[in-house]
Amino acid sequence: MTSVATATTAGEAPVFHLEDEHAHAEGGSTMLGFWVYLMSDCLIFAMLFAAYGVLGGNFAAGPAPKDLFDLPLVALNTAMLLFSSITYGFAMLAMARGQVRPTQLWLAVTALFGLAFLSIELYEFHHMIAEGATPQRSAFLSAFFTLVGTHGLHVTFGLIWLVTLMVQLGRYGLIAANRRRLMCLSLFWHFLDVIWIGVFTVVYLLGMLR
Amino acid sequence: MTDPSTAAAATSFLFGRLSWQSLPFHEPILVATFAVVATGGIALVGAITWFRLWGYLWREWFTSVDHKKIGIMYMVLGIVMLLRGFADAIMMRLQQAMAFGGSEGYLPAHHYDQIFTAHGVIMIFFVAMPLVTGIMNFVVPLQIGARDVSFPFLNNFSFWMTVGGAVLVMMSLFVGEFAKTGWLAYPPLSGITYSPDVGVDYYIWGLQIAGVGTTLSGINLLCTIVKMRAPGMTMMRLPVFTWTSLCTNVLIVAAFPVLTAVLAMLALDRYVGTNFFTNDFGGNPMMYVNLIWIWGHPEVYILILPAFGIFSEVTSTFSGKRLFGYTSMVYATVVITVLSYLVWLHHFFTMGSGASVNSFFGITTMIISIPTGAKMFNWLFTMYRGRIRFELPMMWTLAFMLTFVIGGMTGVLLAVPPADFVLHNSLFLVAHFHNVIIGGVLFGLFAGISFWFPKAFGFKLDPFWGKLSFWFWVTGFYAAFMPLYVLGLMGVTRRLRVFDDPSLQIWFVIAGFGAFLIALGILSFLIQIGVSIMRREQLRDTTGDPWDARTLEWATSSPPPAYNFAFTPVVHDNDAWWDMKERGYRRPLAGFKPIHMPKNTPTGVILAALSVALGFGLVWYIWWLAALSFVAILAVAIAHTFDYHQSFDIPADEVARTEEARTRLIAEGARA
Repeated sequence: MTSVATATTAGEAPVFHLEDEHAHAEGGSTMLGFWVYLMSDCLIFAMLFAAYGVLGGNFAAGPAPKDLFDLPLVALNTAMLLFSSITYGFAMLAMARGQVRPTQLWLAVTALFGLAFLSIELYEFHHMIAEGATPQRSAFLSAFFTLVGTHGLHVTFGLIWLVTLMVQLGRYGLIAANRRRLMCLSLFWHFLDVIWIGVFTVVYLLGMLR
Repeated sequence: MTDPSTAAAATSFLFGRLSWQSLPFHEPILVATFAVVATGGIALVGAITWFRLWGYLWREWFTSVDHKKIGIMYMVLGIVMLLRGFADAIMMRLQQAMAFGGSEGYLPAHHYDQIFTAHGVIMIFFVAMPLVTGIMNFVVPLQIGARDVSFPFLNNFSFWMTVGGAVLVMMSLFVGEFAKTGWLAYPPLSGITYSPDVGVDYYIWGLQIAGVGTTLSGINLLCTIVKMRAPGMTMMRLPVFTWTSLCTNVLIVAAFPVLTAVLAMLALDRYVGTNFFTNDFGGNPMMYVNLIWIWGHPEVYILILPAFGIFSEVTSTFSGKRLFGYTSMVYATVVITVLSYLVWLHHFFTMGSGASVNSFFGITTMIISIPTGAKMFNWLFTMYRGRIRFELPMMWTLAFMLTFVIGGMTGVLLAVPPADFVLHNSLFLVAHFHNVIIGGVLFGLFAGISFWFPKAFGFKLDPFWGKLSFWFWVTGFYAAFMPLYVLGLMGVTRRLRVFDDPSLQIWFVIAGFGAFLIALGILSFLIQIGVSIMRREQLRDTTGDPWDARTLEWATSSPPPAYNFAFTPVVHDNDAWWDMKERGYRRPLAGFKPIHMPKNTPTGVILAALSVALGFGLVWYIWWLAALSFVAILAVAIAHTFDYHQSFDIPADEVARTEEARTRLIAEGARA
């Protein structure tokens, strides 16, 4: 917002309107808006964490984290997601240099890491369900599948968005609107990383201690 | 654990669990209601077709991204749904006044239970929320000197999602049934075991769809206030209504995701068979109650804060004075915003959290009355030594001040945990929250409607019918709810259908009479609008500033042009427009430039329609419909992002023509 001197002298009329068109730059609110959206999304995760916190010990005589979690696999999974964040960072660097091709390339690498993450997660879910540890088995498992699954769902939507953006980059290049979209997806992608760190710590690491 | 597949046994692929039995042909009340609604609906559609208005409505309203038009559409939605919500209310009053001395009344239990649930859901989500959002949408950009909101398309989409939720809830009246659980659908009653029917599913998906709209509109208005203010309008020069709107939208963004999450968990319990809130396998129903009130308590402040803002604007305008204690008003609003998150447990002191927890939440609840009391004194001191004009908005404000103080005091009484153990879930509670919601939110909305109506449409509302509506509403409110305080103190609990003790009947009859007076109030309000439209030439506002008001929205014409302000205003003081008038501001008559504006789009309507289809599919287990509409939603949303040209320029000569027309109007008004 431009600062305007406040006229205080009585009698003389100060400037009450701008002569030139005062257009708020298009997309000027987008980053703030997207950030606020992320915080609201963060609250959804906060609720799921709260549910897990309350229900996480209610095994209903069913399997407990120690019987189910395979920490090395989860560590590998975590690595996939963290790598995908780094490669997204490289995509942003390429964007800053104004190179369309390398941006797309790094996005593709990011997508592959994201896909690997999802595949490992689905494998883990499949394995657990095959052992009888279904979401219906106990409140602990309901909360576990919902929290981890909601994160996975977010990654899935992130992937759809990422592919869409790659197409749009190919068509329209690094125009201002596309840069803004890349910035938003970047926030989203790193946000999912942060959430995953919480999941890894609260669900898996602390779960093994239960 | 209940296996949903047992319920799925009776479903078909094409129609899920929807069948002819789902339609309530055996319920004479519903058949009659349907006949009336269908006749009315056909008449409306017929009239629109006859006058060839579909194209006009589609181009100028449904697809519009203009914040003023979207605001007005929100208001229309809220008023239409008010009629439905009030119909439920008067049916309940009639039932309770009748069902004495062995009489069962006229409503069967399963119908009565749906009515009190629908009444609460509709009044909060589809009356109060749209009306509050509508007024914020219309007024806030004008008050801060902006051309539109930050995200105009999102605004249109949010509105249609709210409509989508309302449509789904209305559908439940004639296709299937609505929840029989009370407005917050506590489990385990709302779980699949005890509510196997579609009612709770309608509830869940209706609220989830509307909730998307509410959250996005909260983000939108929050960004608008932070980013789109006119030059010179610092935060401490924001009009108080904009301040309260800012706090309300912060609350929306920080509360509605909680509702989304908790309803999603309830949906998983019902659809997948998880055990979040079930009685067995480690589920915990009380967690639902905690989580839903973590949304629910901020929600009541979401509703009341904008009303406080309206009263502030009205009081200073009609007292002809600057608002007393602007800074304290702002800080009181912010303190209420923060405290609203620290009181949720007072809704269930009887849960058994123990004395320490209950005292903490009792005390935080009582503390909220301090900033609220500060506001009350600010309004009183604003009126003190003011030249008060008793126009309609000011009358609503005075009625609010009296009524809300009573409601606030009974609230503090309920905040005392030992007292609450006696009064919990009694009619005393029902009387209390109607006292603050009607006496606070609704009176505020009526004050706001009569205050800003001339700005929106270019003519004032007829004062005679407005005053009639006012007196019916105020007396009706007291007649309807004071008896409930008495009954509550005598131990009558809420949501009862029949009564044994004949000495109670007189109070219910008085309350029923009060509801009848309120019905006359609503009728007078509708007549007021009709009469005002017919008398619009006499009631015309040519100046743009019919109340000699103080904030920027009154600097432009009534109704404002699409671009709001031909030149962006520059702000030097609180009450910017008053300051401009004081210092001899002259309206610029030349030098207009092209104005950049957002383009209309049908995407919002399409996405909301698909969401209704998705919700309907989920409610009735029509999985192909749900899957198809979900994929379609994704496809339409992605396709929308490929449209990069969502704005256009209003040419300078068109701006000049519009402004010349206003100059002529002002001159005509001055001659008349």
